[in-house]
Amino acid sequence: MFWNLPFIAVVALSLIGLATVVTKKNLIKIFLGINIFEAAVNLFLISLGYREGGIAPIFTSAPSTDMVMATPQALTLTSIVIGVATSALLLSFAVIIWKKYGTIDTDQIRRLRE
Amino acid sequence: MNGFLIEHAPALLIMLPLIGAFATPFIGRVSPRIRSAWVILIMTLTTLTALLLASDVFLNGTQIYVFGAANPDLAVPLDSGGIPIRIIFTVDAMSALMQVIGAICGFAVLLYSISADRIHSGLESFYTLFLLMIAGIMGMVSTGDLFNFFVFLEILSIASAGLIAYRIDGGLAVEAALKYFVLSTIGAMVILVAIGIYYGEYNALNIAMIASRMQFTLLDQIALVLIIAALAMKCGSVPMHFWTPDAYSMAPSSITAMLVVASQASLYGLFRVVFTLYNVTLNAMTVGWIIIILGVLSMVVGVTMAIPQKNVKRLMAYHAISQTGYMLLGVGVGLAVLGNQPLMDSFGYIAMEGGIFHIINHAMYKGLLFLTAGAIFFRIGTYNLNRMGGLGHSMKYTMIFFIIGALAIAGIPPFNGFASKLMIYESVFAFNPVLAVIAMVVSILTLASFVKVFHSIFMGPKLPEYETVQEAPAPMLIGMAVLAAIVILFGLFPQAVVDGLIAPAAHALSDQSGYIAAVLGGA
Repeated sequence: MFWNLPFIAVVALSLIGLATVVTKKNLIKIFLGINIFEAAVNLFLISLGYREGGIAPIFTSAPSTDMVMATPQALTLTSIVIGVATSALLLSFAVIIWKKYGTIDTDQIRRLRE
Repeated sequence: MNGFLIEHAPALLIMLPLIGAFATPFIGRVSPRIRSAWVILIMTLTTLTALLLASDVFLNGTQIYVFGAANPDLAVPLDSGGIPIRIIFTVDAMSALMQVIGAICGFAVLLYSISADRIHSGLESFYTLFLLMIAGIMGMVSTGDLFNFFVFLEILSIASAGLIAYRIDGGLAVEAALKYFVLSTIGAMVILVAIGIYYGEYNALNIAMIASRMQFTLLDQIALVLIIAALAMKCGSVPMHFWTPDAYSMAPSSITAMLVVASQASLYGLFRVVFTLYNVTLNAMTVGWIIIILGVLSMVVGVTMAIPQKNVKRLMAYHAISQTGYMLLGVGVGLAVLGNQPLMDSFGYIAMEGGIFHIINHAMYKGLLFLTAGAIFFRIGTYNLNRMGGLGHSMKYTMIFFIIGALAIAGIPPFNGFASKLMIYESVFAFNPVLAVIAMVVSILTLASFVKVFHSIFMGPKLPEYETVQEAPAPMLIGMAVLAAIVILFGLFPQAVVDGLIAPAAHALSDQSGYIAAVLGGA
């Protein structure tokens, strides 16, 4: 049961993130929801890579041969970098919306519909 | 020399646009003219590489490229215990076809864009993002590694979102880009969850490796649902289509034409996952029907929403949704009978070929239509159909290109849309006559809608406010002419195209063991 804790956290975090995206009206809060969802996905990848008692895969004078495959860590790093780029672009959109519309409330950002 | 180029072509296809993209801002500081020449040079080289690689793949079969290996075709390192650990590009006939679509469309759109987007400022960033989009598309369709697919998907979404918002337009374009980008970020994260599931189960990210170990457990079914939902959203199929009309109508027209190709790269990803990753292990009938239903819904909802539109680009965007439905329908029928060889031979392959043929045709004529809409906007400054009229007197060539595109999308011979739609009708009729009837009705409605658009843009007396309107500039016409020529050529010689390009792609897509053997060796 205990090893499942990270995965329970993943599910909880992704539900919190998605619920924030769906229910909140403030753009910044929506972006935070996306970031929480990203964090959940990163946690998922990292927990997949965990091996109890495993060591870093460096062969020089290694105390044991029980090593961790470094792929999930590499994936997570890449995904974090992509997340940063995504957040930066989203926030810059929010800045322009604020300048042009004077609001970041999604109920009032619907000029395209008219 | 030629052998060396072909051997490294998959890597060059990503390298060239990436180098071009990041050098563009610096070269742009020298002079705008040199920057344009540079971007055209990069795009020409990319197109030539794609054509060279495609000719080799269609002649000699699947080509793989392993990054960082001693030898580009050494997929499994000797000391890794049979696991392909490196990032790998697997270019089979289907990937090569998509690369050719991306390259030709990119080239024509770039020629058009050089003169159409001249009036904007900040063009260095525009062309940087444009080339990044090309790199993203090329990467998505050639990669043989799931995580790599996710990375290129994100490169493509970030570049597209930046370009959709490019014309800010009082915040409207940013609103559209925001909608697109929030959805695609969530979609990409969902795909990443699915990739994590595969990794946890099979300890691999390589598509061929996962495919060879595929069990179709409950977890695999969850991953399949996640991936289908996310990629169907990215390719703009109903019920996740609401970003499409906004994004397509607010982006600059050249970018809209590229967004069509970008959606099709997502469509390619969907087909790749369903056919190569799962193939017969999944319940082909059920998943096939899910894709068919998505396709039929897209066709019907897309065309009915298109008819009342007043904005010409919104209207075309809804038609793009509707045409995506045809591809889903054709390939979905192929999937539904997968594993049943007699049915596959009698109509399954034809349905898949029709669907895949429609992908390339759609990219050409829809790109052409968006470019004509852009040319009209370039001259009269509005997309509103009610304020247009009588432009046939002054913009003759644009009118001819519009007619070619409109007849092709409505499936009138001798244009390419007819060829692929006929294949879809015939094969779908053998599968389920009702679906074929729906497809034909949608086609007729499409024609009706375009007759209306044609009439309100080009017919009627010359309007006083458009007295001084000129024909679009020559580079824009050349860009449109390239696409129009392909539309006509494919329509006149459909059999040659199907035999030469489409049938190998359809067979490569449905042949999972061939794909696995090309990467892992043996069979």
